[in-house]
Amino acid sequence: MKEAAVKRIAAHVADKSMIAPGIYSMVLSCEIGSRALPGQFVLVYPRDGSHLLGRPICIADADDDSIRIVFRAAGSGTKDIAETGIGDRLFVEGPLGRGYPVSDEITGGRSIVLLGGGIGAPSLLFLAKSLRRQDPGADILAVLGYRDSSMKHFLYEDIKDTGADALIATDDGSEGIGGNVIDALKTTDRRADVIYACGPMPMLSAVKKYAKETGAKAYISLEEHMACGVGVCLGCVVKTLKKDGHSMVNNARICTEGPVFDAEDVDI
Amino acid sequence: MADLSVEFAGLRFKNPVTVASGTFGSGMEYEKMVDLNRLGAITTKGVSAVPWEGNPTPRVTETPSGMMNAIGLQNPGLDVFMERDLGFLSGYDVPVIVNVCGHSMEEYEEVVERLSDDDRVAMLEINVSCPNVSKGAIQFGTDAGMLGEVTKRCKLKAGSKPVIMKLTPNVTSIADMARAAEDGGADGISLINTFTAMKIDIYRKRFVLANRTGGLSGPAIHPIAVRMVYEVSHAVGIPVIGMGGIASFEDAIELMMAGATMVAVGMINFARPDATMRVIDGIEDYLVKMGIDSVRDITGIV
Ligand SMILES: Cc1cc2nc3c(=O)[nH]c(=O)nc-3n(C[C@H](O)[C@H](O)[C@H](O)COP(=O)(O)OP(=O)(O)OC[C@H]3O[C@@H](n4cnc5c(N)ncnc54)[C@H](O)[C@@H]3O)c2cc1C
Ligand SMILES: Cc1cc2nc3c(=O)[nH]c(=O)nc-3n(C[C@H](O)[C@H](O)[C@H](O)COP(=O)(O)O)c2cc1C
Ligand code: FES
Repeated sequence: MKEAAVKRIAAHVADKSMIAPGIYSMVLSCEIGSRALPGQFVLVYPRDGSHLLGRPICIADADDDSIRIVFRAAGSGTKDIAETGIGDRLFVEGPLGRGYPVSDEITGGRSIVLLGGGIGAPSLLFLAKSLRRQDPGADILAVLGYRDSSMKHFLYEDIKDTGADALIATDDGSEGIGGNVIDALKTTDRRADVIYACGPMPMLSAVKKYAKETGAKAYISLEEHMACGVGVCLGCVVKTLKKDGHSMVNNARICTEGPVFDAEDVDI
Repeated sequence: MADLSVEFAGLRFKNPVTVASGTFGSGMEYEKMVDLNRLGAITTKGVSAVPWEGNPTPRVTETPSGMMNAIGLQNPGLDVFMERDLGFLSGYDVPVIVNVCGHSMEEYEEVVERLSDDDRVAMLEINVSCPNVSKGAIQFGTDAGMLGEVTKRCKLKAGSKPVIMKLTPNVTSIADMARAAEDGGADGISLINTFTAMKIDIYRKRFVLANRTGGLSGPAIHPIAVRMVYEVSHAVGIPVIGMGGIASFEDAIELMMAGATMVAVGMINFARPDATMRVIDGIEDYLVKMGIDSVRDITGIV
């Protein structure tokens, strides 16, 4: 075996647009899509050679020969990625991690609520599509939280187009319901049996607490700084309530055992 | 065809390329992407007598042409390591160098002793960048007296296993440290570990890593590694494993020319898991192109 398998693959940028201030949507042609599950992520490598590590980004949608990613140009790495032109090449690696558990056993006949805070919405789009495909009659409500109306409720229409009910919440009340996603959920008479959530840590802690109070099952997608993305460096851990079977301490690797966890299992 | 095999501390390795501890786990995660049998050796993540939890997060961040880490030597402890990780590696035809860490002289001794008669282990690499909890958490490897003492005590417990002392670059004179290890009976030296560094998020006005400081590694440190390997190989008579920022075969050859007998590929594995394969192929191609028969001929050539 002289030729070692190269884990990162070249993907072409098939489409790119800015869908809200600083928020980019990109379609990448690559075969990763054929294997991707909702909640999984890819590492996208900035082109500038002084950036060595891939940036973890959720898969927002996938088909057999492409994936879509939606990301915020946060720092120099994601800014570099955002500057890639249509037709240009990016190196990506994935799909990585364990996504949202979506078996019929978990969701069948239950009321499903998707909670997305800010840049947490992308993985919920892929999830909403998959849930709909799995059960055309599924009862799905998505509550999407934004800072304010200037964020142009990105991905709200896409998620609504999957046939889910959808609500907008803004921190300052400039659009939709004022408050966070849980405040907005509480204004409805929807019971949440199963919650899938992605967003900033304070929101996910609140989701965990809410699920505990209401008896809902909650699956949350966590974020942490990563180096390898495949379980080697132990950079990306989250505290767990039980001893983790791999690490033998109360730490699980978000890139490998996650990024999606049962809210009951993690200490956040 | 050039001869890639090397001798180190009385053992023969099929080529000079291993991985740097902590950047390859025990190979399990990279097994599907890298032909483990082609590696000269695998150096495993630091292991202690009991499981260590490691530091709070964030533990890693990127820096220009490198990264900082403050993992805090999280590891599952020696029992699980011996059963699971060494068990896994015994399915491969690759020598294993076990990286050992401890919070006290006694903890190092315990790990070394338990591995001393394990046939699955080729050599022991002692990571002296661990805090000595009984000495106000100063790192064993930053004090020549303490370094000599750990070396001596590990050697006494190691039986016939070669003991390599892995030096930290966070010292005034790396050559003095290498001499202290040699005087303590070390069979080899490996260097460099990471540089203690700091990064601040100016918008949040706080440290990026939860630990405040972290170890800098990657291409950014490579030229310093070359200089330190050169100084150490001139200061001692025992062989050297060179590492620090290898990203290509050229970087590896540079470290060998500076005096290293073997080299270890580190954090670049995270970005390019096949980096070791490219380094091995690159070294071979280089030797052929340059008309050099054996890789052993380039060690210390400058
Ligand atoms: C599993 C996962 C999925 C993600 N999905 C998305 C997504 O779909 N869309 C999106 O916009 N963002 C997503 N993020 C966050 C995204 O990875 C960071 O915004 C990005 O890494 C920042 O890189 P930078 O170079 O622009 O920023 P810098 O601040 O310059 O980065 C410096 C270093 O810190 C790391 N880092 C900084 N912030 C984060 C963060 N929040 N999470 C992880 N690493 C960070 C970088 O990777 C880099 O190593 C996800 C993160 C994770 C862990
Ligand atoms: C994430 C990470 C974990 C590491 N863990 C260990 C360790 O357990 N023991 C050790 O001796 N060195 C450890 N190191 C240091 C490396 O083995 C190596 O000495 C250093 O990173 C320099 O090489 P590089 O620049 O090629 O990465 C670690 C480095 C990194 C980046
Ligand atoms: S990013 Fe390396 S273990 Fe998760």
